[in-house]
Amino acid sequence: MEVKNLTKNFAGLAAVRNVSLLVKEGEILAIVGPNGAGKSVLFGLISGLLRPTSGVIHLRGEEITGLKPHRIAQKGITRTFQTTALFDQLRVVDNLAIGYRLRTQGGFWNTLLHTRLWKEDKDRTTAKVMEALSFIGLAEKAFHFVSTLSQAEQKRLSIGVALISQPKMILLDEPTGGLILEDTDEITALIRKIHKVAGITVCLIEHKMRMVMDLADRMVVLNFGSVIAEGTPEEISNNPEVIEAYLGGESIA
Amino acid sequence: MATVQFLRQRWFYVLLLILAVVLPWSITNRYHFQIVIMGCLFSIATLSMNLILGYTGQASLAHAGFFGIGAYGVALLTKGGLSFWLALPLSALLAAAIGFLIGLPTLRSRGSYFAISTMCFGVIISIVAGNWIDFTGGYNGIVGIPLPNPLSIPLIGDLGFQTQAGQYYLVLAFLFLTLLIMHRLVHSLLGLSFMAIRNNEVLAGSVGINTFAGKVLSFVVANFFAGLAGGIYASLMGTISPSTASLELTFNWLIFLLLGGAATLAGPIIGAFVIPVIMEYLQFLAEYRLIIFGALLIVVIIYFPRGLMGGFTTLQQRVKSFYAQRRG
Amino acid sequence: MQLFFQQIFNGIMLGSTYAIVALGLTLVFGILHIPNFAHGHLYMLGAYISFFLMTLYGFGFWTALVSSMVILGMIGMLIERIIYRPLQDKPHINSFISAIGALIILETSVIVLWGPQGRRIPNPYPDIVELLGITMSYQRLLVIMTAIVLIVLLQVFIKKTTPGTTIEAVAQNREGAMLVGINVNWVSSLTFAISTATAAAAASLVAPIFMISPTMGALLGMKAFVIVILGGLGSIPGAILGGYILGILEAIGGGYLSAAYKDVYAFGALILILSIRPTGLFGKEVS
Repeated sequence: MEVKNLTKNFAGLAAVRNVSLLVKEGEILAIVGPNGAGKSVLFGLISGLLRPTSGVIHLRGEEITGLKPHRIAQKGITRTFQTTALFDQLRVVDNLAIGYRLRTQGGFWNTLLHTRLWKEDKDRTTAKVMEALSFIGLAEKAFHFVSTLSQAEQKRLSIGVALISQPKMILLDEPTGGLILEDTDEITALIRKIHKVAGITVCLIEHKMRMVMDLADRMVVLNFGSVIAEGTPEEISNNPEVIEAYLGGESIA
Repeated sequence: MATVQFLRQRWFYVLLLILAVVLPWSITNRYHFQIVIMGCLFSIATLSMNLILGYTGQASLAHAGFFGIGAYGVALLTKGGLSFWLALPLSALLAAAIGFLIGLPTLRSRGSYFAISTMCFGVIISIVAGNWIDFTGGYNGIVGIPLPNPLSIPLIGDLGFQTQAGQYYLVLAFLFLTLLIMHRLVHSLLGLSFMAIRNNEVLAGSVGINTFAGKVLSFVVANFFAGLAGGIYASLMGTISPSTASLELTFNWLIFLLLGGAATLAGPIIGAFVIPVIMEYLQFLAEYRLIIFGALLIVVIIYFPRGLMGGFTTLQQRVKSFYAQRRG
Repeated sequence: MQLFFQQIFNGIMLGSTYAIVALGLTLVFGILHIPNFAHGHLYMLGAYISFFLMTLYGFGFWTALVSSMVILGMIGMLIERIIYRPLQDKPHINSFISAIGALIILETSVIVLWGPQGRRIPNPYPDIVELLGITMSYQRLLVIMTAIVLIVLLQVFIKKTTPGTTIEAVAQNREGAMLVGINVNWVSSLTFAISTATAAAAASLVAPIFMISPTMGALLGMKAFVIVILGGLGSIPGAILGGYILGILEAIGGGYLSAAYKDVYAFGALILILSIRPTGLFGKEVS
């Protein structure tokens, strides 16, 4: 996926300023930067929630700039949100089934008449949901309501919901936000699994530097809405500009 | 056998079905019977309102307007000579079509804005009904609407609708039809997508659901059934007027729906029956009953927002998890 | 031509009423983000309380008006406390229902106490003056002038006094206001009180001109919504401008075009505008 010269202005303030980056297929790319650097806004622009003021976005050569979120999901980019977003009035299996909805075709008439297509959709969804449940490790809590899940379980579920439709790329917005070390490691392992086993390209926003350095193939650093550095974790950790942006002159241990 | 097992699991519903069918034999009071018939008819209205409001989370306040479209449609068509059995589906389709045309502009707004938009539309329908005198008879409405034509059923003979029993079975049949359709729509991936829209519209879009299309579909289907109920109402009542499409009626259904329990299939039906009955019992209080009713409404919506059925399911869940904990 | 100016005058008077009512509504809608469906009925109650005080206790017109404002202010605070505050974090539809309950209670109470038929309030200024060929009754002039005074007073209050700016702060950012220690509950109460008090004033002013009836508030309430949404939630200038525009349009439309369908035009315009700008003409995106 490629982003070119993307800019987003909010009432005169440039939240994202002329950002260009490239995400290679099959890699794990981490987007980092101090708070307010524009990382979530960038995700919003890519996922269709926000319209760019200028700039273009391409996915595998096809332009997707400005498409509505559900069209972007159909094209193969799904995401999670910083504040865990789930369908909290429903159960775990329902959430996953909804995540898979875009891969089913049956609409009003098929549902009304219980056609064979409807049955196929139903069976395929059930199978996929079972698969996703074991992938994210929530099989025991399948029929529980989301509100009964722990923070970590909810994060896993939201990742599962984004995954189940077999996207080409998944955007994870602070997937370990607010979690303790143990749970963070769990999520990291899950992300590795997504990458290796499912072969999905991962683009994530994270604050926990150690985790990111370990996990990512490449990193992009944002500050004040612009890209200030790009490269492998090693290159980034030695980049003086990055160090200054984060710590004001001291090195990252 | 599969059928026996099916019946055994659903014995409660089968019992209800049997009771519903034999009901006419046990009611002697014409007035009570009328209340039951109205209850069934309004249940269709509240069930359809439940689809757009309870399941998809959009507060349409134009529901009675579409009821009115169905009513006026059947009134004019049957008085013009068309058979009820043709006029009814046509009028319901008209309500659905107008629902589509209105849904396109209004569903672009959310929450309160959508509610007010639809409220305005509902009032527009009332005003038009009251002032398009050549067509709708103005504020006097339309009288002399014929009853549904008798149906000839093979082997049984003609089924007429002059008797209350006949009318009751008519309404009951349509209620079952509505219930069946709603059940299928709601317990499906489509139903889940509606609930997704209700729960978190932004997330629903992000996972690939076309939320606008979903809302429009839900709205159109809901209005179809509103129109259907309206058409039957017109034929059975014989007279209609602009008050058939009034905001007041929409508010009544809203109350039935929310007190009975939104987002359940039993709730709207319970609400549509229980509340009018309660209101009837409180007749002796004259106007004061409305004050009590208003107060009751406020109390219930604040302290029991999931209505009767909602409270019931919560209770069920609590009992289940209590036993699960004891076992585990 | 004379007819035209006459209609304009009537329109300005009507618009004054609409402006005040819409103003009260936009204050509440802007702060609570919930439409107060009961607003029209509170307006109606204001008229009846004035009527009651004047006929039963022999209050003078102005005394009754001020008393009505005070009483209705208190009722407004009560409504906020009982009907809306408990449902703050719940879906908006619950607040609608609550408001409907309040509406039913208000309308029925009035019917029980004073009967369903319309009542006449004696006109305290029955004189008429002829100016430029337009017939102006003193009462109607009074409506216009009092409305202007009220609007100016309110603007001054909101912009210059501390409670006023506090209300603006809460309207713009409720959570931020809480964080800096503003008691938002108190602000909500005050806003409601102002909203209902001004509605009572408008109703009392207009009551001697038209009849009062238990249903006089319903349609007006809905029109107030149209004005508020078109003018922008929480925007006082928007409400005022919108009120006058609607008043004048209605007077002219009613005089020249079909009187029956004039409301249809207003409501139709609302649907159209909301379809183009789903959050109102001057609204911002509410997340």
